[in-house]
Amino acid sequence: MSSSETMSVEEQLAAGQTEDGIVRAADGTPLKARLAKALRREKLRSFLMISPLLLFIVLSFLMPIGDMLLRSVENKIVQNTLPTVVQELERWDPASEELPDEATFAALATDLKIAVKERIHTRLGSRLNYEQSGFSGLFRSTGRAVRKMEEGPYKEQFIKADEDWGKLQTWVVLDSFKAPYTAGYFLNAVDAENTVDGVQMKAENERIYIQLFIRTMWMSLAITFMCLLLGYPVAYLLAHLPARTSNMLMILVLLPFWTSLLVRTSAWKVLLQGQGVINDLLVWVGFVDDADRLVLINNQTGTIIAMTHILLPFMILPLYSVMKTISPTYVRAAKSMGANDWTSFWKVYFPQSVPGIGAGAILVFILAIGYYITPALVGGTSGIFISNRIAFHISTSLNWGLAAALGAILLVLVLLLFYVYDKIVGIDNVKLG
Amino acid sequence: MSNTRGASVVFDGVQKSYDGENLVVKNLNLDIAHGEFLTMLGPSGSGKTTCLMMLAGFEPATHGEIYLNGNPINNVPPHKRGIGMVFQNYALFPHMSVAENLAFPLKVRGMGKAESEERINRALDMVELGAFGSRRPAQLSGGQQQRVAVARALVFDPELVLMDEPLGALDKQLREQMQYEIKHIHDNLGVTVVYVTHDQTEALTMSDRVAVFNDGIIQQLSPPDVLYESPDNSFVAQFIGENNKLAGSVVEIGKGVCTVKLDDGTIVQADPVNVHNVGDRTSVSLRPERIEVAPDNSPDNLVDGKIEEMIYLGDHIRVRMNVAGNNEFIVKVRNRRDKRPISAGDVVKVGWDAADAKALDEAI
Ligand SMILES: Nc1ncnc2c1ncn2[C@@H]1O[C@H](COP(=O)(O)OP(=O)(O)O)[C@@H](O)[C@H]1O
Ligand SMILES: [Mg+2]
Repeated sequence: MSSSETMSVEEQLAAGQTEDGIVRAADGTPLKARLAKALRREKLRSFLMISPLLLFIVLSFLMPIGDMLLRSVENKIVQNTLPTVVQELERWDPASEELPDEATFAALATDLKIAVKERIHTRLGSRLNYEQSGFSGLFRSTGRAVRKMEEGPYKEQFIKADEDWGKLQTWVVLDSFKAPYTAGYFLNAVDAENTVDGVQMKAENERIYIQLFIRTMWMSLAITFMCLLLGYPVAYLLAHLPARTSNMLMILVLLPFWTSLLVRTSAWKVLLQGQGVINDLLVWVGFVDDADRLVLINNQTGTIIAMTHILLPFMILPLYSVMKTISPTYVRAAKSMGANDWTSFWKVYFPQSVPGIGAGAILVFILAIGYYITPALVGGTSGIFISNRIAFHISTSLNWGLAAALGAILLVLVLLLFYVYDKIVGIDNVKLG
Repeated sequence: MSNTRGASVVFDGVQKSYDGENLVVKNLNLDIAHGEFLTMLGPSGSGKTTCLMMLAGFEPATHGEIYLNGNPINNVPPHKRGIGMVFQNYALFPHMSVAENLAFPLKVRGMGKAESEERINRALDMVELGAFGSRRPAQLSGGQQQRVAVARALVFDPELVLMDEPLGALDKQLREQMQYEIKHIHDNLGVTVVYVTHDQTEALTMSDRVAVFNDGIIQQLSPPDVLYESPDNSFVAQFIGENNKLAGSVVEIGKGVCTVKLDDGTIVQADPVNVHNVGDRTSVSLRPERIEVAPDNSPDNLVDGKIEEMIYLGDHIRVRMNVAGNNEFIVKVRNRRDKRPISAGDVVKVGWDAADAKALDEAI
């Protein structure tokens, strides 16, 4: 500020600057502070305006997700039911390959007697049964026996009541679940388990979840790709036909939204089954022999066909709204410069439609990965998704911890894919119109 | 103007209808010479863009034939016509840099990298954007985008360039500068340019010839000065420049001069451009700068005018007066020191020569 030497203080104030370099308003307060004050009211007002929504989201979305994540690691049941046993087990080393000492068995008797009185021992039994089958019966029978047990030594009496108490593995499981938090559900969700020899993959024939995760991923990708393949030309027509025709077409595209999901999926059953419309048609035309009709349902094909149909509008709509903004003069310009139809499409039109592809693909993929009604109805056993297992554990087997762990892994996978997508395509390159 | 590089264009009896009911272009006959700068001028909706699109190949002609360098091109697809185009909104490809935009027509022609680069640089230098090759179109100002569009239309050396209102989106000052630059490029390269605009100043300053369109018909096809000074009909007279109309009927018609009785009874002499018989209704057209207030000599016509309003414009004074019942009669008075002062409310004599008064068809 070389000019400040020649300026009077009033002039400097009027010009909004002072010798300390801080720009000030006419009354001398720093301009930054004034601006912040003015903006604070604005911010407060916008915050108040969104607060009902914020509250709603926190209560109905963030808290359940937090609860789910907590459930996937929470494991207070062993500690609550057998508090003294847990204390005694601190001294025990599973690697010693010996059963716990008499004091631990005495603690077990004390704890179990209380648990039986409160009728909570069977609950612990079913919980541990998720980890190793047999625990449910073990606790039920021991619960009956423990009431009649005499004063110590207890070890023999327990092993007599149920020989499982004499097995090392029983105590390993108890020991590994004594902590209030456990990785057990997550291990289970990736087909692993905690054994005497540490964390190991389950036996080949008992693994299901990793395979299900992989299947969910590739089938969702396949569905996304099919939607793109079928949706792109439709969106193109929608965006470039005269208004009257394209409105008609738009109604056809939106029609699936107005029919119930169950009705649509059931309609696919009618169409795709062995004696269904499509097979009949193919046999009639002669493409397929009557003896070996195509298996189009209750397998992966069924899931992919039905879900492509259901998710197609979610691909078409973002594509359409992006294509609508691409002026036809671009293609004309390309042609005037000597490009043929294909080059002007591929080099000029298509790159400008990529943001729509990005938006549609993300939408379809994320919807597909969490779908479970349609796979359950038309997927058979080979066409179900990980969500079907999650639903099973929530409503049938009541193993909420495992369901939560599976859900959490799915969430992480989606976020991971989102991150990769951002790195490759760039989220800025996604637009809905 | 070198006539070796530009293409010639012929529209032969061309008609165009979009809906099968209305003709948007009605029987267009137009010869465009090698290297000519021809402007299609007309109000919005008069069919200019349609003509350009037929020439470029994006709209088929409903009837008639278009020839490029003597060859019929009705069945030649647009990308084989080799015609450069500048669009109103430039149509620069947003996902390519400026250099890539310019490389596009060269790449589709399979031109080698070295030659292609040299041409791109030459084209960018021509529009004074040499340093902007790596920018995206969105990072350029409107005027710069316009230049890139011109460079892109010229980079593959077309013989014919079409421009559809290319300066429509620019502000006045930039527009005038670009008019000059486009004209300059045309003179240097000798390409044929067909230029569409609805701005008459643009048409007059840039063109070799102007085709005035109205309602799908060419009303007049002339060099700018002829268009201004000898309009063929009252549409052209009204559309180009400022114009006073005096309505009346022909009472006598002779060689090079006719006598018109205006509706208020005044008798005037005029040049019979578009009247043929005694009794024809006519609109006499007069340019404001050809009228003298209180003339020193004796012109062919001398009538009374009452001054209604005067607007001082520096180099001249715009005087609105009432002449022969016309309240909107405009006269431009040169700002001269020795002139007798006049003021609103005065009744003065106004005079003009018969040759400057064009007796045209009756204005609608
Ligand atoms: N693609 C089209 N389909 C139907 N009518 C059109 C089309 N393009 C132009 N028109 C009509 O043709 C007439 C001339 O249009 P246009 O050639 O664009 O005029 P200008 O460029 O002189 O403004 C207008 O009435 C316009 O509505
Ligand atoms: Mg137009």
